[in-house]
Amino acid sequence: MGSDIHDGDTGGERPAPPTGHRSGFEEHRPDTTEHRSATTLRVNGKPHTLVVDHRRALLDVLREDLGLTGAKKGCDHGQCGACTVLLDGRRVNSCLQLAVALDGCEVTTVEGLAGDGEELHPLQRAFLDRDAFQCGYCTPGQICSALGALDEAAAGHPSHVTVPATPSGRPVPLDADEIRERLSGNLCRCGAYPRIVEAVEDVVR
Amino acid sequence: MKPFGYVRAASVEEATEAFAAHPGARYLGGGTNLVDLMKLGVERPAVLVDVSRLPLDTVEELPDGSVRVGAAVRNSDLAAHPLVRDRYPALSQALLAGASGQLRNAATTGGNLLQRTRCPYFQDVSKPCNKREPGSGCGARDGVHRDHAVLGHSESCVATHPSDMAVALAALDARVELYGELGARSVPAAAFHRLPGQHPERDTEIRPGELITSVVLPAATAGLPSAYRKARDRASYAFALASVAVVLRVSDGVVAHAGIAFGALAHRPWRAQRAEEALLGGPATAAAFARAVELELAAAEPLRDNGYKVPLARNIAVDVLTRLASAAAT
Repeated sequence: MGSDIHDGDTGGERPAPPTGHRSGFEEHRPDTTEHRSATTLRVNGKPHTLVVDHRRALLDVLREDLGLTGAKKGCDHGQCGACTVLLDGRRVNSCLQLAVALDGCEVTTVEGLAGDGEELHPLQRAFLDRDAFQCGYCTPGQICSALGALDEAAAGHPSHVTVPATPSGRPVPLDADEIRERLSGNLCRCGAYPRIVEAVEDVVR
Repeated sequence: MKPFGYVRAASVEEATEAFAAHPGARYLGGGTNLVDLMKLGVERPAVLVDVSRLPLDTVEELPDGSVRVGAAVRNSDLAAHPLVRDRYPALSQALLAGASGQLRNAATTGGNLLQRTRCPYFQDVSKPCNKREPGSGCGARDGVHRDHAVLGHSESCVATHPSDMAVALAALDARVELYGELGARSVPAAAFHRLPGQHPERDTEIRPGELITSVVLPAATAGLPSAYRKARDRASYAFALASVAVVLRVSDGVVAHAGIAFGALAHRPWRAQRAEEALLGGPATAAAFARAVELELAAAEPLRDNGYKVPLARNIAVDVLTRLASAAAT
Protein backbone atom coordinates (compact mmCIF):
# COMPACT_ATOMS: atom_id res chain seq x y z
CA MET A 1 0.00 0.00 0.00
CA GLY A 2 3.00 2.33 -0.38
CA SER A 3 3.16 5.42 -2.50
CA ASP A 4 5.79 6.94 -4.73
CA ILE A 5 6.28 10.52 -3.73
CA HIS A 6 7.01 13.18 -6.24
CA ASP A 7 7.43 16.35 -4.33
CA GLY A 8 6.06 19.39 -6.07
CA ASP A 9 9.20 21.35 -5.25
CA THR A 10 11.54 18.93 -6.94
CA GLY A 11 10.04 18.72 -10.37
CA GLY A 12 7.13 20.04 -12.34
CA GLU A 13 6.21 17.11 -14.52
CA ARG A 14 3.51 14.72 -13.50
CA PRO A 15 4.83 11.16 -13.27
CA ALA A 16 3.81 8.58 -15.82
CA PRO A 17 1.31 5.97 -14.64
CA PRO A 18 3.12 2.83 -13.53
CA THR A 19 1.90 0.93 -16.61
CA GLY A 20 4.42 2.90 -18.62
CA HIS A 21 2.21 3.65 -21.62
CA ARG A 22 1.19 7.21 -21.10
CA SER A 23 -1.32 9.26 -23.00
CA GLY A 24 -3.55 12.24 -22.41
CA PHE A 25 -6.57 9.96 -22.72
CA GLU A 26 -5.36 7.79 -19.89
CA GLU A 27 -4.89 10.71 -17.60
CA HIS A 28 -8.60 11.43 -17.76
CA ARG A 29 -9.94 7.91 -18.23
CA PRO A 30 -7.65 5.70 -16.19
CA ASP A 31 -7.37 2.04 -16.97
CA THR A 32 -9.67 0.56 -14.36
CA THR A 33 -7.72 -2.67 -14.18
CA GLU A 34 -4.92 -0.54 -12.73
CA HIS A 35 -4.82 -0.30 -8.95
CA ARG A 36 -2.63 2.78 -8.63
CA SER A 37 -3.04 6.32 -9.91
CA ALA A 38 -1.33 9.67 -9.75
CA THR A 39 -2.91 12.24 -7.49
CA THR A 40 -1.84 15.77 -6.63
CA LEU A 41 -2.56 17.21 -3.21
CA ARG A 42 -1.69 20.62 -1.88
CA VAL A 43 -0.82 20.03 1.77
CA ASN A 44 -0.29 23.03 4.03
CA GLY A 45 0.28 25.13 0.94
CA LYS A 46 2.82 22.80 -0.67
CA PRO A 47 1.99 20.67 -3.75
CA HIS A 48 2.74 16.96 -3.74
CA THR A 49 2.17 14.58 -6.63
CA LEU A 50 2.09 10.94 -5.64
CA VAL A 51 1.27 7.65 -7.30
CA VAL A 52 -1.02 6.05 -4.75
CA ASP A 53 -2.49 2.63 -4.32
CA HIS A 54 -6.24 3.26 -4.66
CA ARG A 55 -6.74 1.82 -1.19
CA ARG A 56 -4.58 4.46 0.43
CA ALA A 57 -6.44 6.82 2.76
CA LEU A 58 -5.47 10.46 3.06
CA LEU A 59 -4.47 9.82 6.67
CA ASP A 60 -1.86 7.26 5.60
CA VAL A 61 -0.55 9.53 2.86
CA LEU A 62 -0.08 12.32 5.39
CA ARG A 63 1.56 10.15 8.03
CA GLU A 64 3.50 7.57 6.01
CA ASP A 65 4.33 9.35 2.78
CA LEU A 66 4.59 13.00 3.78
CA GLY A 67 5.83 12.58 7.35
CA LEU A 68 3.04 14.71 8.77
CA THR A 69 2.21 12.74 11.91
CA GLY A 70 0.00 15.38 13.55
CA ALA A 71 -3.19 13.75 12.34
CA LYS A 72 -3.55 10.57 14.39
CA LYS A 73 -4.89 7.13 13.62
CA GLY A 74 -7.33 6.30 16.38
CA CYS A 75 -10.16 4.05 15.25
CA ASP A 76 -9.49 4.21 11.46
CA HIS A 77 -13.28 4.02 10.97
CA GLY A 78 -14.43 7.64 11.18
CA GLN A 79 -15.67 7.29 14.74
CA CYS A 80 -13.07 9.03 16.93
CA GLY A 81 -12.06 12.19 15.06
CA ALA A 82 -8.33 11.89 15.87
CA CYS A 83 -7.53 12.04 12.14
CA THR A 84 -9.48 15.26 11.50
CA VAL A 85 -7.94 17.60 8.91
CA LEU A 86 -9.33 20.39 6.76
CA LEU A 87 -10.07 19.39 3.18
CA ASP A 88 -10.66 22.42 0.95
CA GLY A 89 -11.24 24.27 4.22
CA ARG A 90 -13.79 21.82 5.66
CA ARG A 91 -13.11 19.40 8.48
CA VAL A 92 -13.26 15.72 7.55
CA ASN A 93 -12.07 12.37 8.89
CA SER A 94 -8.93 11.76 6.82
CA CYS A 95 -9.09 8.00 7.51
CA LEU A 96 -12.22 7.73 5.31
CA GLN A 97 -10.93 9.83 2.41
CA LEU A 98 -9.33 7.87 -0.43
CA ALA A 99 -6.32 9.85 -1.66
CA VAL A 100 -6.99 8.94 -5.30
CA ALA A 101 -10.32 10.77 -5.11
CA LEU A 102 -8.73 13.98 -3.82
CA ASP A 103 -6.74 15.00 -6.90
CA GLY A 104 -6.37 18.78 -6.85
CA CYS A 105 -7.60 19.23 -3.28
CA GLU A 106 -6.19 21.47 -0.58
CA VAL A 107 -5.38 19.81 2.75
CA THR A 108 -4.57 21.60 5.99
CA THR A 109 -3.22 19.60 8.92
CA VAL A 110 -2.37 20.76 12.42
CA GLU A 111 1.19 21.31 11.19
CA GLY A 112 -0.09 23.99 8.82
CA LEU A 113 -2.11 26.05 11.29
CA ALA A 114 0.67 28.24 12.62
CA GLY A 115 1.74 29.27 9.14
CA ASP A 116 5.37 30.20 8.56
CA GLY A 117 5.79 32.28 11.68
CA GLU A 118 6.69 31.31 15.21
CA GLU A 119 3.28 32.28 16.54
CA LEU A 120 0.92 29.43 17.29
CA HIS A 121 -2.62 29.53 15.96
CA PRO A 122 -4.96 31.08 18.58
CA LEU A 123 -6.62 27.68 19.07
CA GLN A 124 -3.27 26.01 19.73
CA ARG A 125 -2.40 28.80 22.19
CA ALA A 126 -5.76 28.40 23.93
CA PHE A 127 -5.34 24.62 24.26
CA LEU A 128 -1.96 25.22 25.93
CA ASP A 129 -3.25 28.01 28.17
CA ARG A 130 -6.22 25.93 29.30
CA ASP A 131 -4.25 22.67 29.59
CA ALA A 132 -6.96 21.21 27.37
CA PHE A 133 -5.46 17.72 27.08
CA GLN A 134 -3.78 15.00 29.03
CA CYS A 135 -2.11 12.47 26.73
CA GLY A 136 -2.49 14.75 23.71
CA TYR A 137 -3.33 12.02 21.20
CA CYS A 138 -6.68 13.50 20.21
CA THR A 139 -5.47 17.13 20.36
CA PRO A 140 -4.52 17.74 16.70
CA GLY A 141 -7.91 16.39 15.65
CA GLN A 142 -9.68 18.45 18.31
CA ILE A 143 -7.94 21.62 17.14
CA CYS A 144 -8.58 21.03 13.43
CA SER A 145 -12.18 20.14 14.22
CA ALA A 146 -12.63 23.26 16.35
CA LEU A 147 -11.23 25.39 13.56
CA GLY A 148 -13.67 23.85 11.09
CA ALA A 149 -16.52 24.28 13.54
CA LEU A 150 -15.74 27.99 14.04
CA ASP A 151 -15.81 28.53 10.28
CA GLU A 152 -19.07 26.60 9.92
CA ALA A 153 -20.76 28.69 12.61
CA ALA A 154 -19.46 31.88 11.02
CA ALA A 155 -20.91 30.73 7.69
CA GLY A 156 -24.31 30.29 9.33
CA HIS A 157 -24.35 26.51 9.65
CA PRO A 158 -26.73 25.49 12.45
CA SER A 159 -26.16 22.52 14.75
CA HIS A 160 -28.42 20.04 16.51
CA VAL A 161 -28.68 22.41 19.51
CA THR A 162 -29.21 25.61 17.53
CA VAL A 163 -32.68 26.99 18.24
CA PRO A 164 -34.65 26.22 15.07
CA ALA A 165 -36.00 29.78 14.93
CA THR A 166 -32.45 31.15 14.52
CA PRO A 167 -32.47 33.00 11.18
CA SER A 168 -30.76 31.11 8.38
CA GLY A 169 -27.78 32.54 6.59
CA ARG A 170 -26.41 34.47 9.59
CA PRO A 171 -23.49 33.52 11.85
CA VAL A 172 -24.48 31.26 14.73
CA PRO A 173 -23.15 32.39 18.12
CA LEU A 174 -21.24 29.63 19.90
CA ASP A 175 -21.84 28.98 23.59
CA ALA A 176 -20.61 25.96 25.55
CA ASP A 177 -23.58 23.81 24.44
CA GLU A 178 -22.92 24.62 20.80
CA ILE A 179 -19.22 23.83 21.16
CA ARG A 180 -19.93 20.50 22.87
CA GLU A 181 -22.38 19.49 20.15
CA ARG A 182 -20.19 20.63 17.27
CA LEU A 183 -17.15 18.81 18.63
CA SER A 184 -18.98 15.58 19.45
CA GLY A 185 -17.17 13.85 16.59
CA ASN A 186 -13.89 14.13 18.50
CA LEU A 187 -13.46 11.70 21.35
CA CYS A 188 -11.02 12.27 24.22
CA ARG A 189 -10.36 9.14 26.23
CA CYS A 190 -8.60 11.18 28.92
CA GLY A 191 -11.82 13.13 29.41
CA ALA A 192 -10.38 16.60 28.91
CA TYR A 193 -13.69 17.80 27.51
CA PRO A 194 -14.39 20.61 30.02
CA ARG A 195 -11.09 22.32 29.24
CA ILE A 196 -11.38 21.70 25.52
CA VAL A 197 -14.71 23.55 25.61
CA GLU A 198 -13.10 26.36 27.63
CA ALA A 199 -10.22 26.64 25.17
CA VAL A 200 -12.58 26.94 22.22
CA GLU A 201 -14.69 29.45 24.14
CA ASP A 202 -11.57 31.56 24.65
CA VAL A 203 -11.09 31.79 20.90
CA VAL A 204 -14.78 32.52 20.26
CA ARG A 205 -14.71 35.49 22.62
CA MET B 1 -8.73 -4.42 1.58
CA LYS B 2 -8.88 -5.89 -1.91
CA PRO B 3 -7.18 -3.82 -4.65
CA PHE B 4 -9.62 -2.00 -6.92
CA GLY B 5 -9.74 0.16 -10.02
CA TYR B 6 -10.85 3.76 -9.95
CA VAL B 7 -12.57 5.98 -12.46
CA ARG B 8 -13.84 9.50 -11.95
CA ALA B 9 -17.00 10.17 -13.92
CA ALA B 10 -17.52 13.56 -15.56
CA SER B 11 -21.22 13.12 -16.24
CA VAL B 12 -24.17 11.02 -15.06
CA GLU B 13 -24.16 9.12 -18.37
CA GLU B 14 -20.45 8.44 -18.11
CA ALA B 15 -20.92 7.19 -14.54
CA THR B 16 -23.66 4.73 -15.42
CA GLU B 17 -21.73 3.54 -18.49
CA ALA B 18 -18.61 2.98 -16.41
CA PHE B 19 -20.64 1.10 -13.84
CA ALA B 20 -22.21 -1.12 -16.52
CA ALA B 21 -18.81 -1.78 -18.09
CA HIS B 22 -17.22 -3.01 -14.86
CA PRO B 23 -18.63 -6.00 -13.00
CA GLY B 24 -18.27 -5.46 -9.28
CA ALA B 25 -18.37 -1.68 -9.58
CA ARG B 26 -19.59 0.60 -6.81
CA TYR B 27 -20.36 4.29 -6.91
CA LEU B 28 -18.23 6.41 -4.57
CA GLY B 29 -19.85 9.48 -3.02
CA GLY B 30 -18.52 10.86 0.25
CA GLY B 31 -17.21 7.40 1.14
CA THR B 32 -18.08 7.69 4.83
CA ASN B 33 -19.89 4.35 4.84
CA LEU B 34 -18.51 2.61 1.74
CA VAL B 35 -14.82 3.11 2.59
CA ASP B 36 -15.47 1.93 6.13
CA LEU B 37 -17.23 -1.19 4.83
CA MET B 38 -14.30 -1.81 2.48
CA LYS B 39 -11.92 -1.67 5.44
CA LEU B 40 -14.14 -4.18 7.22
CA GLY B 41 -14.19 -6.49 4.19
CA VAL B 42 -17.96 -6.21 3.89
CA GLU B 43 -17.70 -4.37 0.56
CA ARG B 44 -15.12 -5.60 -1.94
CA PRO B 45 -15.61 -3.58 -5.12
CA ALA B 46 -13.56 -4.34 -8.24
CA VAL B 47 -13.85 -0.73 -9.40
CA LEU B 48 -14.97 2.50 -7.75
CA VAL B 49 -16.84 4.90 -10.00
CA ASP B 50 -16.34 8.27 -8.31
CA VAL B 51 -19.53 10.32 -8.61
CA SER B 52 -18.67 12.82 -5.88
CA ARG B 53 -17.66 15.53 -8.35
CA LEU B 54 -20.60 15.22 -10.72
CA PRO B 55 -22.46 18.50 -11.29
CA LEU B 56 -25.19 17.36 -8.89
CA ASP B 57 -24.09 19.64 -6.07
CA THR B 58 -26.78 22.32 -5.99
CA VAL B 59 -30.02 22.97 -4.14
CA GLU B 60 -32.45 24.79 -6.41
CA GLU B 61 -36.05 25.89 -6.37
CA LEU B 62 -38.06 24.63 -9.34
CA PRO B 63 -40.80 26.67 -11.07
CA ASP B 64 -43.56 24.66 -9.35
CA GLY B 65 -42.23 25.59 -5.91
CA SER B 66 -40.56 22.27 -5.19
CA VAL B 67 -36.87 22.09 -4.28
CA ARG B 68 -34.42 19.83 -6.05
CA VAL B 69 -31.40 18.64 -4.07
CA GLY B 70 -28.51 17.23 -6.10
CA ALA B 71 -27.30 13.82 -5.01
CA ALA B 72 -23.77 15.11 -4.43
CA VAL B 73 -24.86 17.89 -2.03
CA ARG B 74 -23.11 17.30 1.27
CA ASN B 75 -25.24 16.66 4.34
CA SER B 76 -23.88 19.72 6.18
CA ASP B 77 -24.63 22.04 3.26
CA LEU B 78 -28.13 20.65 2.88
CA ALA B 79 -28.87 21.08 6.59
CA ALA B 80 -27.69 24.70 6.45
CA HIS B 81 -29.40 25.66 3.21
CA PRO B 82 -31.95 28.48 3.77
CA LEU B 83 -34.55 26.79 1.52
CA VAL B 84 -34.33 23.66 3.66
CA ARG B 85 -34.16 25.38 7.04
CA ASP B 86 -37.05 27.70 6.27
CA ARG B 87 -39.39 25.35 4.39
CA TYR B 88 -38.49 21.83 5.51
CA PRO B 89 -37.19 22.18 9.08
CA ALA B 90 -37.63 18.46 9.81
CA LEU B 91 -35.06 17.68 7.11
CA SER B 92 -32.51 20.13 8.46
CA GLN B 93 -33.07 18.83 12.00
CA ALA B 94 -32.76 15.20 10.91
CA LEU B 95 -29.48 15.83 9.11
CA LEU B 96 -28.07 17.70 12.10
CA ALA B 97 -29.09 14.86 14.43
CA GLY B 98 -26.99 12.43 12.39
CA ALA B 99 -23.28 11.60 12.57
CA SER B 100 -20.65 14.26 13.36
CA GLY B 101 -19.63 17.57 11.80
CA GLN B 102 -16.76 15.87 9.98
CA LEU B 103 -18.95 13.10 8.57
CA ARG B 104 -21.73 15.50 7.51
CA ASN B 105 -19.15 17.55 5.59
CA ALA B 106 -18.27 14.49 3.53
CA ALA B 107 -21.48 12.47 3.31
CA THR B 108 -23.68 13.10 0.27
CA THR B 109 -27.45 13.13 -0.14
CA GLY B 110 -27.39 10.09 -2.41
CA GLY B 111 -24.93 8.23 -0.22
CA ASN B 112 -26.96 8.91 2.92
CA LEU B 113 -29.92 7.11 1.31
CA LEU B 114 -27.72 4.18 0.28
CA GLN B 115 -25.83 3.73 3.56
CA ARG B 116 -26.02 0.21 4.97
CA THR B 117 -27.32 -0.97 8.30
CA ARG B 118 -25.05 -0.70 11.34
CA CYS B 119 -26.14 -4.15 12.55
CA PRO B 120 -22.94 -5.55 14.12
CA TYR B 121 -23.51 -8.94 12.49
CA PHE B 122 -23.64 -7.29 9.07
CA GLN B 123 -20.38 -5.46 9.77
CA ASP B 124 -18.51 -8.53 11.07
CA VAL B 125 -17.57 -10.90 8.25
CA SER B 126 -16.97 -13.73 10.74
CA LYS B 127 -20.67 -13.74 11.72
CA PRO B 128 -23.71 -15.06 9.85
CA CYS B 129 -25.79 -12.40 8.10
CA ASN B 130 -28.39 -12.90 5.38
CA LYS B 131 -27.99 -9.32 4.24
CA ARG B 132 -24.25 -9.62 3.67
CA GLU B 133 -24.23 -13.27 2.65
CA PRO B 134 -27.70 -14.53 1.66
CA GLY B 135 -28.48 -17.90 3.19
CA SER B 136 -25.88 -17.68 5.97
CA GLY B 137 -28.48 -17.00 8.65
CA CYS B 138 -29.19 -14.11 11.01
CA GLY B 139 -27.01 -13.69 14.07
CA ALA B 140 -29.05 -10.84 15.47
CA ARG B 141 -32.48 -12.47 15.75
CA ASP B 142 -31.41 -14.50 18.78
CA GLY B 143 -28.25 -12.52 19.49
CA VAL B 144 -27.52 -8.92 20.43
CA HIS B 145 -30.47 -7.03 18.99
CA ARG B 146 -31.27 -4.20 21.34
CA ASP B 147 -30.94 -1.71 18.44
CA HIS B 148 -32.89 -3.79 15.94
CA ALA B 149 -36.29 -3.72 14.26
CA VAL B 150 -39.68 -3.96 15.93
CA LEU B 151 -41.75 -3.45 12.77
CA GLY B 152 -41.72 -5.21 9.41
CA HIS B 153 -38.85 -7.58 10.13
CA SER B 154 -38.63 -11.10 8.75
CA GLU B 155 -37.19 -14.46 9.73
CA SER B 156 -34.16 -13.63 7.62
CA CYS B 157 -33.38 -10.11 8.84
CA VAL B 158 -34.10 -7.82 11.80
CA ALA B 159 -31.81 -4.95 10.78
CA THR B 160 -32.84 -1.30 10.81
CA HIS B 161 -32.01 1.46 8.35
CA PRO B 162 -29.66 3.91 10.08
CA SER B 163 -30.44 7.16 8.22
CA ASP B 164 -32.02 10.15 9.96
CA MET B 165 -32.31 12.10 6.71
CA ALA B 166 -34.35 9.38 5.00
CA VAL B 167 -36.93 9.48 7.80
CA ALA B 168 -37.56 13.18 7.23
CA LEU B 169 -37.70 12.67 3.46
CA ALA B 170 -40.34 9.97 3.91
CA ALA B 171 -42.51 12.20 6.11
CA LEU B 172 -42.12 15.16 3.72
CA ASP B 173 -43.35 13.17 0.68
CA ALA B 174 -40.00 13.69 -1.08
CA ARG B 175 -39.13 11.78 -4.23
CA VAL B 176 -35.85 10.12 -5.19
CA GLU B 177 -34.76 10.68 -8.80
CA LEU B 178 -32.74 7.94 -10.45
CA TYR B 179 -30.89 7.49 -13.72
CA GLY B 180 -29.93 4.17 -15.24
CA GLU B 181 -29.61 2.24 -18.46
CA LEU B 182 -33.36 2.46 -18.99
CA GLY B 183 -33.39 6.21 -18.47
CA ALA B 184 -34.65 8.44 -15.69
CA ARG B 185 -37.37 7.63 -13.18
CA SER B 186 -38.42 8.71 -9.72
CA VAL B 187 -39.62 6.84 -6.64
CA PRO B 188 -41.35 8.20 -3.52
CA ALA B 189 -38.78 8.44 -0.72
CA ALA B 190 -41.16 6.51 1.55
CA ALA B 191 -41.11 3.59 -0.93
CA PHE B 192 -37.41 3.78 -1.84
CA HIS B 193 -36.25 1.47 0.94
CA ARG B 194 -37.60 -2.06 1.25
CA LEU B 195 -38.68 -4.40 3.99
CA PRO B 196 -36.33 -7.38 4.22
CA GLY B 197 -38.68 -10.29 3.46
CA GLN B 198 -36.71 -13.12 1.85
CA HIS B 199 -34.20 -10.73 0.27
CA PRO B 200 -32.55 -8.62 2.95
CA GLU B 201 -29.54 -8.20 0.67
CA ARG B 202 -31.65 -5.65 -1.21
CA ASP B 203 -31.97 -2.49 0.88
CA THR B 204 -33.77 -0.38 -1.71
CA GLU B 205 -35.77 -0.45 -4.93
CA ILE B 206 -32.77 0.82 -6.89
CA ARG B 207 -31.90 -1.27 -9.95
CA PRO B 208 -28.36 -2.51 -10.59
CA GLY B 209 -26.29 0.34 -11.99
CA GLU B 210 -28.87 3.02 -11.30
CA LEU B 211 -27.54 6.23 -9.83
CA ILE B 212 -29.41 8.59 -7.53
CA THR B 213 -29.26 11.98 -9.25
CA SER B 214 -31.39 14.09 -6.90
CA VAL B 215 -34.04 14.27 -4.24
CA VAL B 216 -37.07 16.49 -4.82
CA LEU B 217 -38.84 18.12 -1.89
CA PRO B 218 -42.43 18.81 -2.92
CA ALA B 219 -44.16 22.18 -2.92
CA ALA B 220 -47.09 20.59 -1.08
CA THR B 221 -45.16 20.20 2.19
CA ALA B 222 -43.05 23.36 1.83
CA GLY B 223 -43.51 25.65 4.80
CA LEU B 224 -45.71 23.24 6.76
CA PRO B 225 -44.77 22.91 10.44
CA SER B 226 -42.41 19.96 10.71
CA ALA B 227 -39.91 18.58 13.19
CA TYR B 228 -37.58 15.65 13.82
CA ARG B 229 -36.88 14.08 17.18
CA LYS B 230 -34.30 11.41 17.89
CA ALA B 231 -33.83 9.28 21.00
CA ARG B 232 -30.35 7.83 21.43
CA ASP B 233 -27.91 6.54 24.04
CA ARG B 234 -25.83 9.74 24.01
CA ALA B 235 -26.90 13.37 23.60
CA SER B 236 -24.92 13.58 20.36
CA TYR B 237 -23.17 11.46 17.76
CA ALA B 238 -25.07 8.19 18.12
CA PHE B 239 -27.47 6.26 15.95
CA ALA B 240 -31.14 6.44 16.83
CA LEU B 241 -32.86 3.99 19.14
CA ALA B 242 -36.07 5.49 17.85
CA SER B 243 -36.75 8.66 15.92
CA VAL B 244 -39.70 10.40 14.35
CA ALA B 245 -40.29 13.01 11.67
CA VAL B 246 -43.64 14.79 11.66
CA VAL B 247 -45.21 17.17 9.16
CA LEU B 248 -48.46 18.58 10.49
CA ARG B 249 -51.00 21.13 9.33
CA VAL B 250 -53.80 22.04 11.69
CA SER B 251 -56.75 24.13 10.57
CA ASP B 252 -59.36 25.31 13.11
CA GLY B 253 -58.22 22.66 15.56
CA VAL B 254 -58.59 19.90 12.97
CA VAL B 255 -55.74 17.92 11.42
CA ALA B 256 -55.57 18.93 7.74
CA HIS B 257 -52.30 17.17 6.87
CA ALA B 258 -50.23 14.63 8.74
CA GLY B 259 -47.01 13.02 7.53
CA ILE B 260 -45.39 10.81 10.15
CA ALA B 261 -42.36 8.57 9.72
CA PHE B 262 -40.41 6.58 12.29
CA GLY B 263 -36.69 5.83 12.16
CA ALA B 264 -34.71 2.98 13.73
CA LEU B 265 -37.81 0.79 14.07
CA ALA B 266 -37.64 -1.05 10.76
CA HIS B 267 -35.61 -1.99 7.70
CA ARG B 268 -36.81 1.25 6.15
CA PRO B 269 -38.15 4.58 7.35
CA TRP B 270 -41.59 3.58 8.64
CA ARG B 271 -44.27 5.80 7.23
CA ALA B 272 -47.13 5.68 9.76
CA GLN B 273 -50.03 5.58 7.35
CA ARG B 274 -52.52 4.13 9.80
CA ALA B 275 -51.82 6.91 12.27
CA GLU B 276 -52.04 9.54 9.55
CA GLU B 277 -55.40 8.21 8.34
CA ALA B 278 -56.71 8.11 11.90
CA LEU B 279 -55.71 11.73 12.46
CA LEU B 280 -56.89 13.33 9.22
CA GLY B 281 -60.03 15.38 9.76
CA GLY B 282 -60.02 14.74 13.50
CA PRO B 283 -59.14 16.94 16.47
CA ALA B 284 -55.50 17.94 16.95
CA THR B 285 -55.37 16.94 20.61
CA ALA B 286 -52.82 15.02 22.64
CA ALA B 287 -55.37 12.27 23.24
CA ALA B 288 -56.06 11.88 19.54
CA PHE B 289 -52.34 11.84 18.77
CA ALA B 290 -51.75 9.12 21.37
CA ARG B 291 -54.58 6.98 20.01
CA ALA B 292 -53.34 7.31 16.43
CA VAL B 293 -49.72 6.52 17.26
CA GLU B 294 -50.73 3.54 19.39
CA LEU B 295 -52.84 2.25 16.50
CA GLU B 296 -49.76 2.38 14.29
CA LEU B 297 -47.47 0.74 16.81
CA ALA B 298 -49.96 -2.04 17.56
CA ALA B 299 -48.32 -3.82 14.61
CA ALA B 300 -44.98 -3.92 16.44
CA GLU B 301 -43.40 -7.32 17.12
CA PRO B 302 -40.46 -6.61 19.41
CA LEU B 303 -37.61 -9.06 19.73
CA ARG B 304 -36.43 -10.41 23.09
CA ASP B 305 -34.46 -7.29 24.08
CA ASN B 306 -35.90 -4.34 22.21
CA GLY B 307 -39.45 -4.00 23.51
CA TYR B 308 -38.46 -0.62 24.99
CA LYS B 309 -38.53 0.85 21.49
CA VAL B 310 -42.32 0.74 21.25
CA PRO B 311 -43.15 3.08 24.18
CA LEU B 312 -40.09 5.18 23.32
CA ALA B 313 -41.32 5.71 19.76
CA ARG B 314 -44.84 6.34 21.02
CA ASN B 315 -43.70 8.98 23.47
CA ILE B 316 -41.48 10.95 21.11
CA ALA B 317 -44.13 10.87 18.36
CA VAL B 318 -46.92 12.11 20.63
CA ASP B 319 -44.60 14.77 22.00
CA VAL B 320 -43.62 16.09 18.57
CA LEU B 321 -47.21 16.02 17.30
CA THR B 322 -48.44 17.88 20.38
CA ARG B 323 -45.71 20.50 20.16
CA LEU B 324 -46.28 21.11 16.46
CA ALA B 325 -50.04 21.40 17.02
CA SER B 326 -49.64 23.89 19.85
CA ALA B 327 -47.09 25.93 17.85
CA ALA B 328 -49.54 26.03 14.93
CA ALA B 329 -52.35 27.16 17.20
CA THR B 330 -50.48 30.17 18.57
